[in-house]
Parts: sequence; C-alpha cells; structure tokens
Amino acid sequence: MMQEKNAAGLYIHIPFCVSRCAYCDFFSITNTGLIPRFLDALFKEIEAYHQDFPGFDTIYLGGGTPSVLSVSQIETLLARVRGAFTILPDPEITIEVNPADWERGDLEELHGLGINRISIGVQSLDEKELILLGRRHNPEQAMNAIEDVCHAGFENISVDLIYGLPGQRLDRWIDTLQKALSFNPSHLSCYELELKPDTPLGRRYKKGEFSLQSEENLRVFFMQTSEFLEQAGYIHYEISNFAAGMKMASRHNQKYWDHTPYLGLGPSAHSYNEGRRWWNHESLTDYCRDLEISKMPVGDSEVLDIEQLKLETLFLGLRMKKGIDLAQYRSMYGCDLMKERGPVLKQWADAGFIEIDGGFIRPTLSGMAVADALALL
Amino acid sequence: MENIRNFSIIAHIDHGKSTLADRLIMRTGVCDLRSFKDQMLDNMDIERERGITIKSQAITLPYQAKDGKTYTLNLIDTPGHVDFSYEVSRSLASCEGVLLLIDAAQGVQAQTLANLYLTMEHDLEIIPVINKIDLPSADVDRVIEQIDSELGLDPDTHLKCSAKDGTGIDDILEAIVTRVPPPKGDDKAPLSALIFDAHYDSFRGTVIHCRIMDGTVRTGDIIRFMFNHAVYRVEETGHFLMTRQKRNQLSAGEVGYIIAGVKTVSDVSIGDTITLEDRPCNKPLPGFKEVKPVVFASIYPIASDDYKDLSDALEKYKLNDAAFIYEKDSSVALGLGFRCGFLGLLHLDIVQERLEREYDLSIILSVPSVRYRFTLKDGTVKYVDNPAHYPGVMSIEKSEEPYIRASMMMPDRYVGSVMNLCMEKRGTNSTMNYPSPGRAELIYEMPLAEVVYDFYDRFKSVTQGYGSYDYDLIDYRQSSLVLLDILVNGEKVDALSQIVHRDRARARGVQACDRLKDEIPRQMYKIAIQGAIGGEIISRSTISAFRKDVTSKCYGGDITRKRKLLEKQKKGKKRMKMIGSVSIPQSAFLAVLKSDSD
Repeated sequence: MMQEKNAAGLYIHIPFCVSRCAYCDFFSITNTGLIPRFLDALFKEIEAYHQDFPGFDTIYLGGGTPSVLSVSQIETLLARVRGAFTILPDPEITIEVNPADWERGDLEELHGLGINRISIGVQSLDEKELILLGRRHNPEQAMNAIEDVCHAGFENISVDLIYGLPGQRLDRWIDTLQKALSFNPSHLSCYELELKPDTPLGRRYKKGEFSLQSEENLRVFFMQTSEFLEQAGYIHYEISNFAAGMKMASRHNQKYWDHTPYLGLGPSAHSYNEGRRWWNHESLTDYCRDLEISKMPVGDSEVLDIEQLKLETLFLGLRMKKGIDLAQYRSMYGCDLMKERGPVLKQWADAGFIEIDGGFIRPTLSGMAVADALALL
Repeated sequence: MENIRNFSIIAHIDHGKSTLADRLIMRTGVCDLRSFKDQMLDNMDIERERGITIKSQAITLPYQAKDGKTYTLNLIDTPGHVDFSYEVSRSLASCEGVLLLIDAAQGVQAQTLANLYLTMEHDLEIIPVINKIDLPSADVDRVIEQIDSELGLDPDTHLKCSAKDGTGIDDILEAIVTRVPPPKGDDKAPLSALIFDAHYDSFRGTVIHCRIMDGTVRTGDIIRFMFNHAVYRVEETGHFLMTRQKRNQLSAGEVGYIIAGVKTVSDVSIGDTITLEDRPCNKPLPGFKEVKPVVFASIYPIASDDYKDLSDALEKYKLNDAAFIYEKDSSVALGLGFRCGFLGLLHLDIVQERLEREYDLSIILSVPSVRYRFTLKDGTVKYVDNPAHYPGVMSIEKSEEPYIRASMMMPDRYVGSVMNLCMEKRGTNSTMNYPSPGRAELIYEMPLAEVVYDFYDRFKSVTQGYGSYDYDLIDYRQSSLVLLDILVNGEKVDALSQIVHRDRARARGVQACDRLKDEIPRQMYKIAIQGAIGGEIISRSTISAFRKDVTSKCYGGDITRKRKLLEKQKKGKKRMKMIGSVSIPQSAFLAVLKSDSD
C-alpha cells in the first residue's frame, strides 16, 4: 500500500531537563540522577530493534534536553546506534541543545562525532518573554550559544523560536527574528505558542492572569513571519519551518509528514512503520522497568485504517509547501482525491486557500494558516 | 369483580409519582427490587432521564388486605406532561379511583389542579396523599389547608406517606381497597372495552391495553373497533404483571391486554371502544377524541444517503407512537425528508432524541410551526403547517391562527411578570383568581404559536420555577400573518422560514439572525445572515471568516494525537448540514425558536 519507501528515520528521546519550561508538555523529568539507568535501558531498546529497520538516513536526538548528557555519553550512545543499525551514507544527524549547556569545546567534539545539525532552543531573544516562558537562559546567553555553534563548525543550524505569547507585540517578535537572522542560520522553526492546560503557563491562564492573542493577531504574526523570512531568502516549507534552500530543510522531520517509517526510542517516543504506529510509556520508570525484564516498553499502538491514513495525508500534506502529491495519493489509496472532493477543492482554490497545479494540491499562505480546517474537507 | 380495584396516581411533575408506584409494586411483592429496577430501566431511557412518564403503563398488583381477602389492584400509570393530557383522560376513564399525590413541601401546583379537574369529570373516588413528609421543608398543615381551600376536597380524607422511605404505604393500600369502589359492569352484557393505550411488540404486533366495562372477551372472539371500524380475531388476552400473564378471558371490571393481530399502534385509537362483532354493544363509550398533532416540523437526514435509513426508522418508530404522524416532504435547502406532526415540543424532542439514540441517525429538524388557516380570495380554505406552503400574499383573503386557553398557577408575587409575559405573547381575555391566600391563577387566551415558541422556558424563568401551567386548544382566530425567510449568504434556507405575526416579524427576524450567528461556527468565508419578508431585508448579522488554526506541533512523531483531535472535529462536522457552502449545525434550527432569557 505504501509508496516506494524512503529510508527510515531514527528518533531518540532524552527525557531529562534541568528545569521544566512553563509552556512545555513533552515528557521530561528533572532528576538527572536517573541518566545512567535510562542509558542502560535505552541501549537494550536499541539492541531489541536492531534487525527491524533496514537502515536509517537520519538520526534525531530530541527531548527533553539532550544537552543535559555529557559529550562522552552522547559518544557512547551514537556508537551503540551505529553498532546496532545500518546508518546510510550522508546521514543527517541532529541534536537539540539548550543555550548555555555546552561550551564551544563540547560543540566541536560533537561535530567530530558526526553530528551535523544543531537545533538550538532559543525560543525568544527578549528578556521578559524568556522569563514568561520559564527558560533558563537570557538573550545574551542565547546569542552566545548561536555564535558558539557557528564557530564549532556546524553549517546546518536551526534556531527554534516561539511567537504569539500573551501580550507579545509584533515589533518585538520581528526584532527577535532580526536578531536571529544576524547569525544567518540555515533553518528556523517558528512555532505558535500552544497553551496546554497541564503546564504552568496553562494554569496561569486558567486563573485569568493573562489573556491570549486573538485569532486575528495570531494570523498577523503567522503571515508576517512568513513574509519576513521569505524576503530574507528562506523557504517556508512547512507551517512552522523555514529553510535557506530545500537542502537545509529538516530531512528527519519531513519523514513524520509523509508516512515514511521512523523508529522512536526512549520514553514517550512514537514510531511508525507500514500503517502501524506505536509509542513507548510516557514514564521513565515504566520504560526502564520493562526493558530491565527484557520486555518492549510499548505503551500502546494503533493500526491505521485507510480513512485515518487519508486524513493524515491531508492534514500533514496541507502543512507543507509542496502539498499533497495527487499521483501518490492515488497509488496509495486507489482513489482520486480530485474526483472525491473536486467541488470543495475547486471552491478553496477559487478562495485562494490552495493551488491545484502540476499534480499537487498546495496550500497558499492563507491556506497554511487554516490547514486543519482544510483537512476536514 | 368485588375484589378488583382500578386506580391511578396523579400528581404534579416531581411530586413522587414513580417512586410511589415503585413502592406499591414492591410492597405487593410482584417482584423484588432488583428485577424491578432492571425491568424498568429497560423501558425507556428518556423517561427515566427526564423524570416524566411518556406512555401509560398498567400493572396488576395482587394484594392481601387486612380483611383477609385477596384483591386485584390495577394501577394505571398516566403520562405526566401537558402534551399528553388526552391520554391521561382515557386512563382515568378506566379507573374508579385516584391517588392525588401532593408534595408536602411544594403543595398544590397547577397540574395537581388540572389533573384533579380531569378526575372530577370521571366521577372518581379521590384519595389525597401527602408525599415526602420526611423532607425537612415539609409543611403538612399547609397542604391539608390547600386540600380544603384549593382542591375543595374533604381535608380529613388525606393520607400521609413518604414513598422514599416507605412510611404510610400500607395505609394507602388499605385505602385503595376500602375507599375505591369496585368496578361496576355486567360480564354477561355485550362487550364494551375502553382502549387506554397500546404498544408494539416485535413478536406479537400491537398489544392493546384496555379496561373491560361490560361483557367478556375470550381468545378466538371476533372483535370490532367501533371508531376505526376494523375487525380482528383475538389471539390472546391477559393481565400485566411484571410481564404479560396469559388468561383465557377478560371480564367486566378487569384491566388487561388483548393481542389480536393488529399490525401497528396507529391502527388503534386511544379512547376507541372494542366490542364483539356478532353481539355489539349499543353505543361506543363516551369521551373519544381523535388525537391531532399541533406542532409540525420537517425531519431531514444530515447526510442525504441516510434518507432510506430515516424512512425505515420513522416507520419503525411510528409502530409505537400513534400520536406521531409523518409524510414525505422535500426542501430546496435540505433535500428529501419528512413532514412530521407532534403533540407538542416535548413530544418533538422525544422523537428527535429517540431517532438519534435508538436508530443512530443524525437528523436536522426544521423550525417548528403550528397549523395556520388561510381563506383564499377564491373562497377555498387552506390549512398550512409548513411555511414552504405559505400561499402567495396576494391570494389571501383571511389569515387565522390557532388559539389556546392557558391556565397558569403561581405564587402571587409573580403575577406582574407573568402578565407581562402573556401580553408579550399576545395573550388576551385574561381572568385572575386567588384560589387561596398567596396563590394566583391566571387564565389567558393566547396564540398557540407563541406558546410553542418559547413560552414554557420563559414562564418557568419568570416564576423562578414556582409556576406551572396547562393548556387547551380553543379555536382559530383572525391574525395578521407574514412569512419570514432566512437567507444565508443570499440563499434562502426554506427550513428556517417561519410564519409569524406581522407585529412580531421584525423582532423575530433580528432574534433569528443573532441566534444563527451564535450557532453557526465560523467558516472559511464570511457568512451573511439575513431575515426577509417578501423581498425586504429586515435584519442581518455577519459571521466573520475563520482565518487561523492553532498550528500545533507535528513534531517528535506524535501524529496520532493531532489526528484524533481532527477526527473528533470531523465527527462534529458530520452533524452539520451543508447549505450552499455553509455548514449549519443541527442546533441552529431549533435555536431560532429559543428565548433570549438564558
């Protein structure tokens, strides 16, 4: 049913943070004393999968905060990965780092280990905003970190930013973007703040401490971000992602968006292969405990039916500039999207949400802004 | 016959009728508590949830009295809502006595009184029972005084009980035996049996609930329905215990069931008389009325593919609800559907809920309407219950609308606000009584359309829940009527059209536009909503376009969570109807009628 398969991606979740950020609901814990136990379990998990995937051409160390590990721990981890799996030539190997965790020397060592892409969790370059978000660093530390990464020899650098904060002004946001651009990063991820109820920020909102940006404001942020960065020469290749040329787009993240197989290791990590998705326990204890008794630490799984696959193809495709490949859709699902949904698609094309062109349905910028609504057809 | 007692329990809503019935059933040992609850729960979720009885139910209770004899007590349960008052009257006609249940804390309410009037028409023995005496707020002395002053009954005849904890139940059973007279009737006379209810059994067809007034009916008899002129052969007769108990015959005075190969409950009219084909009685029993729906609305499937399923569901539903009528209908905006008639808005709610719950259908109801009468210039008279059939303005000579007489009861401090409400609802010819100090009864004549509209909610709200009301249809009266259309993005949505009084049209149009603005979710385009009479736009509202999603991260591979969120939204969208390019939710159609009070 799947199209000719791209090589799979490998994700490793490092579930530790020195402190929790106010907005984040990804799984992590602050007890770094558990790192050795976690690594032992992780190595077991790596072994357990060693025959299941023919090879990976991307590795992504995410979290949590991978930079809470020492460089030598990372070295061991990558050695284990390389020992168990086939890593295809010219891999993209990314690590997420927190500004101020590592010295320039550490970064150079990482580069020496074959890590060739760094995603820096800057989030903002405004002091007050960083405090609101509960980040450990200040603007200066963030700028220094970017500088350090550049000097350590990395060419593929992604700066992670968040916009649409309560009370944030557009000019402050553009200011942050401008400062980030002064380093010429090859990639930027600009996420709209998503308020989750079970986070400190979510709870403060519930108590009425601040109000959220209006939908209209968020749209302005979104459109302005795109315009600003495209003018600066970046390609807005996914709702939240910008690259200085498609070669610099995250190869790994794109696998999530087009049903390419990926293996996720570590607690709470998700995997996908051949229409099946499974995910590990969202608890370090459960994760370690299972592996320690040689059990797979899988929390749950699902086999996607054709309707679910179609829905995912739609909502993921409409997040990306390249859009939905109609021929691929036809070969995967045996039906023609234009025939199924022609009138609605036509209506949207007329309204400027999508372009139907060259065998693709592509979202326009206005379309990307409402990709979810479009996916519901 | 000496040992039979036929009785009913009447009460204002929530005064504890079902609890008392449960208590009597358990006390007489027809079944134990557990199997009783199981049985009753199976009956109808909606009745349980809303705390009202929709269908009549009968049960035979064997009771050994203090005089040592065993009596057969037939409890005939009555529907408890104003929409079903005719059914109540037929159930009462099957009894010789009633327990008039009054809440010790709330005292006499409008339906207590309305039911009492019904009871009095049937010359029944009335046993006032003061319930909920265990409540801290119980005021038994006040209720005794009300029994005297408001109900005009002998206050010394009252009993006290708490159906909840079982206090006083034995006294009630004894009173039924000693005070309710045994049925009269001659089991040798020609058969006359009163139909007070019917239900559909998928194995046996229609099960007729009846009270034998005279004569005897046996298996194999050929019977005739005197009003419907239909003839059937009796397959089975019997009593209702917790389940049906077969008996060879039913004789004068008894309450039970007849199964006679009747296909649907619609072939049976409540209140009709059953007699024997070869030895008929002289005349049918009095009080028969043809039940006619007063509220009409069209039902459409949300997905037009479901039309066949809807059609099948209505056919099945109709098997068990004779008061519900339907016929094919079609709408420009909503496609093929059915025009349906209901006894009232509660009945409509129940039908909608059951179609969705029991038949798993997603349906849209058009704006409910009453049946108007138009006399055209050429002299023909046209009844119109569907705004789509509104005759051309130029061809109308005279417009009339149905009127009701509403009787409302409330503590006197609310009289002012209720009068304002009734005036707002075009009420006329009011009378006011003070049946007892502190309590007022208001009687108004009002257009049925105003009552259907949002009267009940508003009335409850202005009386803070203390008011109660009942109504009767009286006649048609001349009225200035216009057709109010609703346009969504310039397109007329016929299912949202209403026939309204000219003076109310503008306000109604404004309200409809505001309502729809709240009910219709924002979409990818700006939506204009307009109210129009003839070609003239009288109101408008605008729903701004939806322009930005929350772009949650699709990152770290957890696509599942986001997909589930979208699946949920998609499911919600399925419950909306596409009209042109606009998705309109089910709730919008009824919301047009709802009041602004909340």
